[in-house]
Amino acid sequence: MNDRIIGQVKRINGPVIEVMGITDAEMFELVWVGKEHLIGELIKLEQDSAVVQVYEDTTGIAPYDPVYGAGMQLSVELGPGMVGTIYDGIQRPLEKIRDISGIFIKRGISVPSLDREKKWHFVPSAKEGDTVSSGMVLGTVQETENVLHKILVPPNEKGILISVVPEGDYTVEEVIAVLEKEDSQKKDLFLMHRWPIRKHRPTKGRLPLDIPLVTGQRVIDTLFPIAKGATVCIPGGFGTGKTMTQQAVAKWCDADLIIYIGCGERGNEITDVLTEFPKLIDPRSGRSLMERTILIANTSNMPVSAREASIYTGITMAEYFRDQGYHVAVMADSTSRWAEALRELSGRMEEMPAEEGFPAYLPTRIAEFYERAGSMETLNGERGSVSVIGAVSPPGGDFSEPVTQHTKRFIRCFWALDRNLANARHYPAISWLESYSEYLSGLEAWWAEKAGSEWLPDRTEIMELLHKEVRLQQVVKLVGPDALPDSQRFILEVCTLFKNAFLQQNAYDKIDTYSVVPKQAKMLHIIVTYWRRGSEMIKKGVTLVQLRKMKVYQDIIKMKFTISNDDLQALDKIEAYLERSMDQLEALHA
Amino acid sequence: MPETNDRALMSGREYIGVDKIDGALVFVTKTHPVGFRELIECIDKDGNTRLGIVLESSTNCVVAQIFEGTSGLNLPDTRIRFSGKPLTISISKDMLGRVFNGLGKPIDGGPAQRSDVELNVNGMAINPTAREYPRDFIQTGISVIDGMNTLIRGQKLPIFSGNGLPHNELAAQIARQAKIRGSETEFAVVFAAMGVKHDVAQFFVKSFEESGVLENVALFLSLADDPSIERLQTPRTALTLAEHLAFNEDMHVLVVMTDMTNYCESLREISTIRGEIPSRKGYPGYLYSDLAELYERSGMIKGYKGSITLLPILTMPNDDISHPIPDLSGYITEGQIVFERDMNGRGIYPPIAGLPSLSRLMKDGIGEGMTREDHPHLASQLFAAYSYVKDVRNLASVIGEEELTPLDHNYLDFGKEFEQKFVSQRHDEDRSIEQTLDIGWEVLRTLPVDELHRITDEEIEKFYGK
Repeated sequence: MNDRIIGQVKRINGPVIEVMGITDAEMFELVWVGKEHLIGELIKLEQDSAVVQVYEDTTGIAPYDPVYGAGMQLSVELGPGMVGTIYDGIQRPLEKIRDISGIFIKRGISVPSLDREKKWHFVPSAKEGDTVSSGMVLGTVQETENVLHKILVPPNEKGILISVVPEGDYTVEEVIAVLEKEDSQKKDLFLMHRWPIRKHRPTKGRLPLDIPLVTGQRVIDTLFPIAKGATVCIPGGFGTGKTMTQQAVAKWCDADLIIYIGCGERGNEITDVLTEFPKLIDPRSGRSLMERTILIANTSNMPVSAREASIYTGITMAEYFRDQGYHVAVMADSTSRWAEALRELSGRMEEMPAEEGFPAYLPTRIAEFYERAGSMETLNGERGSVSVIGAVSPPGGDFSEPVTQHTKRFIRCFWALDRNLANARHYPAISWLESYSEYLSGLEAWWAEKAGSEWLPDRTEIMELLHKEVRLQQVVKLVGPDALPDSQRFILEVCTLFKNAFLQQNAYDKIDTYSVVPKQAKMLHIIVTYWRRGSEMIKKGVTLVQLRKMKVYQDIIKMKFTISNDDLQALDKIEAYLERSMDQLEALHA
Repeated sequence: MPETNDRALMSGREYIGVDKIDGALVFVTKTHPVGFRELIECIDKDGNTRLGIVLESSTNCVVAQIFEGTSGLNLPDTRIRFSGKPLTISISKDMLGRVFNGLGKPIDGGPAQRSDVELNVNGMAINPTAREYPRDFIQTGISVIDGMNTLIRGQKLPIFSGNGLPHNELAAQIARQAKIRGSETEFAVVFAAMGVKHDVAQFFVKSFEESGVLENVALFLSLADDPSIERLQTPRTALTLAEHLAFNEDMHVLVVMTDMTNYCESLREISTIRGEIPSRKGYPGYLYSDLAELYERSGMIKGYKGSITLLPILTMPNDDISHPIPDLSGYITEGQIVFERDMNGRGIYPPIAGLPSLSRLMKDGIGEGMTREDHPHLASQLFAAYSYVKDVRNLASVIGEEELTPLDHNYLDFGKEFEQKFVSQRHDEDRSIEQTLDIGWEVLRTLPVDELHRITDEEIEKFYGK
């Protein structure tokens, strides 16, 4: 912390402070306000005055208090020590803060984001005399059992390495290599470097989105799949299960790293993640899920301006791991709270509001954020991706409000949560009518390879049935189900079966909590087979009751709970049993 | 530019005359540098002191809000003194059994509380890593809550009600009956009334008296005819006491706040006077953050024995759950208990709507070792079945009951049994969780066994067949 005074406080209005007598300061510079050194960011410059948004409670700040400049933009520290940590919106480690200030978060606490004492075992892979440029790997640190942290040449640096330390233990502040740039200037490189949060990190270019991010959630993977590098929006009123869906994806998706941003949400939800994730085992690595998770918690009662920053802090960390060639999934819960923070700050700056009081630049900001996602070729020529799954909390559950509408313009997958499904405790309450995924066509080839050629026709058929069912339900509402012929009532029957046996997934059930791809494909196929054979039977005069009374029906309903992910032959048995039962029924009516 | 920056020295200064008074706000110019949210004393021409806080401070003007209202103030004679520190109140355990106004001053005729503990009423954010995830089941003795929307110690669970619905009766019943099974711990009730009528406040006092718990209750009353600005301070004062009791005195505190709608109205009033840009329905854009500052003060903390359970009551304007007040509350609280006017009309007490009600913390507080092993699946099945009942009723109202299938008739019977036996109970009826679950099974028996998709075969054998 330096003592470069850049101005004095002129006016205080909540987290927004006007500063006068500005001598030298730059946009988005990190500043400290008052004797307590409250952290802030300079967001507007005009002649000799400026506007600062403060990331802490401004109680007690008075006019003429000094404002100090840091001489750099609001940045995050990137290096070993991030995984498994819980940060606030401006990357202060909350556990360290607790050690200093107790159970409540006091103001003006300054803690380094990365541990300065801890030594990391660094294995160099570059050597003296190598010509290197940004993004190239200098060496590695095994950060957790799960995460091999690659130490990269920071962006915008290149030259010749004139020294590299031998393998050994180093802190993040010890020099591990020295770079001589083209202009003969020497530059020390460390295990960590800083990067401003509002600037995206450079890459070589974008790659097609053709590998799915498998989530283990059947309604997502089968009906509305997403790719690694996708952008997804989950809108839903309160109680429809946004957080539940995001947590389920964070737990079971096959990303290398998860960055979970709790932005303006409940404190207990963060505690829930903190207590639950360390206990859960990642099915792929066999290690605790916390070993691949970074949490950013800016709960609803923490300062509103840090909420605005938390989204950028999270995505910058995600980009950093992407640059190492990893697939990162970012959960942002909820982007509406972030938009509201923008609105609040904008209001305090007395800007002209657009729709519902939101600032006119809201869509630009949303677009900037989602465009930082994608599947990229890194500067090092590897493939890495950042997928963003953003929850939206529309007021009154009304999707026509500005945040949902603008978000829809910049995402390509929409998982609409439905109040009626949630009320019936049908979880995940993802509506099969309103949701869509534009990634499907890019992923078909992958699915055909992993799940067989039947998968796509099966999926198309069931989607068609679900849409038919809606129209039939409208008829039923008017005249009752008895008025329909059996062939149409069978559609209702199959859809109910599909909803109960397939779409509904119990996050608290040990077996049902996630389903591997072959299990999903097989379950889908069994239900579609029941439909195809059954509808033929009905044409031959078999009644609906007979079809329903088949013993195999109960097996199908319960297969999601009874058959574990590694026992797929049991599903083959059910399928064979189904075919046999149908054959018998057919023989009776021949 | 002042010659010194020592605000403690300047804080004694008194300014005679203010420049503008608008609603509850006063504007003072040409002061020394005044801190944001600093406490002020405002002395009127008769020498009476009123308290206020600074809402905005700048080099040339200070805007402050006066809690007791501005009526009777004039521009030249009003004197303002800045204290140099934020609003604090002195807090002690002796406040239990007493009645205070919204600022923590006793209004029961007794002496002011004496204590060395001075706390800032705005509180501070709890570090999320310090929180303990709440999972202790609270038995309220009310079936539809215990069975289907379980209250957990440290939870914030609001009651979404409407005018004329029995939310006060239910809150009082919960306050009387709530207990943690198998543990005797010190408990307290902190009651904050914002803009409610005198007789409502009287109802609660009487109810606490009758059940003999009044010495464990602290009441903070800012009634309907008190200045609306005081309402903004009332829940903060109450929660400050609750925090002290929970985290310094190891008590389990139940905080009842009624009526949050009045609180939000006051917030809108002040915001409008300040000329802020409104968002939905004229409420300020920070309504969410402001409510979160209150609601998030509940919870449990690692290493501390006490807890704060929050039970805010709000009346939904025009029974509209998508109105900003219930809507934003629902986004912050851990579930909600929603009242249904139709059920109340049919004489069902408590008229808790089965489907929109929800307890988010329920999942970790029920089941084997906590309530009973069949609880999770039973609750899930009751929800599913009752949700189908609603569909059947809609259908019956179109095509007539006679046209329904036999299965649908079963469901209609189930719906009736469910509402009359399970939901409905007396105001003084305290059911144990086992009773509640047994009634649940009893009403489920109106349905054929193969309709029970959410229950395992073992549970059917053990409980359904009984």
